[in-house]
Amino acid sequence: MSTSTATDTAASTPEGPEIEVRGLYKSFGDNEVLRGIDLEVRQGEVVCVIGPSGSGKSTLLRCVNLLEEPTKGQVFVGGTEVTDPDVDIDAVRRRIGMVFQQFNLFPHLTVTENLTLPQRRVLRRDKAEAARVAAENLERVGLSEKATAYPSSLSGGQQQRVAIARALAMGPEVMLFDEPTSALDPELVGDVLAVMRVLANEGMTMMVVTHEMSFAREVADRVVFMDGGVIVEQGAPAQVIGDPRHERTRHFLSRLLDPARAEVPEETEETSDQVGKADQ
Amino acid sequence: MSTTKTRAQLQPRKAGLTRRQKRAVSQGLQYAVFVAAVVALAVSADWGSLRNQFAQSDLVGQMFPDIITLALKNTVLYTVSGFVFGLVLGMVVALMRLSSVGPYRWVAGIYIEIFRGLPALLIFIFVGVAVPLAFPGTEIPGGTYGKVALGLGLVAAAYMAETIRAGIQAVPKGQMEAARSLGFSHARAMVSIVIPQAFRIVIPPLTNELVLLFKDSSLVLFLGVTLEERELAKFGRDLASQTANSTPILVAGLCYLLVTVPLGFVVRRLEAKAGEATK
Repeated sequence: MSTSTATDTAASTPEGPEIEVRGLYKSFGDNEVLRGIDLEVRQGEVVCVIGPSGSGKSTLLRCVNLLEEPTKGQVFVGGTEVTDPDVDIDAVRRRIGMVFQQFNLFPHLTVTENLTLPQRRVLRRDKAEAARVAAENLERVGLSEKATAYPSSLSGGQQQRVAIARALAMGPEVMLFDEPTSALDPELVGDVLAVMRVLANEGMTMMVVTHEMSFAREVADRVVFMDGGVIVEQGAPAQVIGDPRHERTRHFLSRLLDPARAEVPEETEETSDQVGKADQ
Repeated sequence: MSTTKTRAQLQPRKAGLTRRQKRAVSQGLQYAVFVAAVVALAVSADWGSLRNQFAQSDLVGQMFPDIITLALKNTVLYTVSGFVFGLVLGMVVALMRLSSVGPYRWVAGIYIEIFRGLPALLIFIFVGVAVPLAFPGTEIPGGTYGKVALGLGLVAAAYMAETIRAGIQAVPKGQMEAARSLGFSHARAMVSIVIPQAFRIVIPPLTNELVLLFKDSSLVLFLGVTLEERELAKFGRDLASQTANSTPILVAGLCYLLVTVPLGFVVRRLEAKAGEATK
């Protein structure tokens, strides 16, 4: 919490929370996905959002940088109201890094170009500066040797680490992670989580939608459990994951930790969830 | 059919054909029809007059080198200028079609429907005749080349617009989202991230469009061109009527194939490569 990144942002937001969500509603047509979310993320805090699929956790994350426009409610990042129609959303997004489940690297660019192009086009950094920052961040995620490779030649885990480096190269105050390891083969999950763990220890403000309970338990300062578009409970990881107060949380965790013991209806729901992920 | 029947019962009651026999009969029939058709053509054709009409070697000699240095060169020039104009216009129409502003979408949609629905010949006549009449004193820049570029380009743009639109929509949504999340504006994300990827997708169909344009450039025939502006079809036809012999048409046709066949080969290669890349 005492690194340069954290102190930089401290200047712009002396006291208030880094992310603040107030009375957030979001509907897709008739389907109300978020039904009144209030949430604050303090500077340097790591918040993991957990919950069953369809609970609205990804939508909540995507509302923070306005990839989804809320139906009602307000979102503030670093004191700026993101949901204000008069705010320059591109300028706000520069301060918010986002990592996607499907990596979304630019396949027509090399790894280095993936990192330099946004810096040059968006931040107007010169060539040398962008290249320097790119090299620095590739080293940070341990992929310096892949600088000239194309994304298609990398493993999923490597692609995701490049995606993290690409976001970091923009010097964000906040990082959003939308199920960053859900599309990865199990043996590749560890490398990505290791990078995220280092980032958390460096004091980055992070909001992470995840199914990785051991990561949440170990790294998160706070765990938020969502179900049916509302926050059911939140608190320290040991409490929410270790000793949940609500029946719904207990039910979710028992299914997640031991899928084999799930009852039949839940099992089918879980299966359809997997199918949904596959074709995303 | 029940599965409990014995092996003996499974044998066909009548002595039907085996799979191998059926295949032999089917293939034999197809070969027989083919040979019969070839023989019928060969017997009924008047080979003597065919040779006279289509293979006058001295006429072939007369056509060179003009058919290459003039006619083929002009065909290529017309095609390329039409393609470039069509590509630029097609890009604009495609972006209009995807615009969030309603009137842009409507105009683009109407344009595409009209120009895909009209014969290219009609558009050529329109460009050659109606435009000078409608706007007296206006000259289409570039003379005949300009007119041809306009005629070919107007038609090509309608097809290319739909191809490019499909290409843009084939780029995964996550690419735009990733770019926007990095702070790119919508326009900048389009130009730097989405369109370069869309173009890779549409290169094979656009090359195919080039082949179509190459052939459609023969419609210049109806524009009224000077001797120096003649392309393959006009060149061949003029010479054919001068000499009352069809050999020039055949040679002009071969010149078209000289370009279209290799281009078609390139398209199939590109398509195969694109197919591999998406796997």
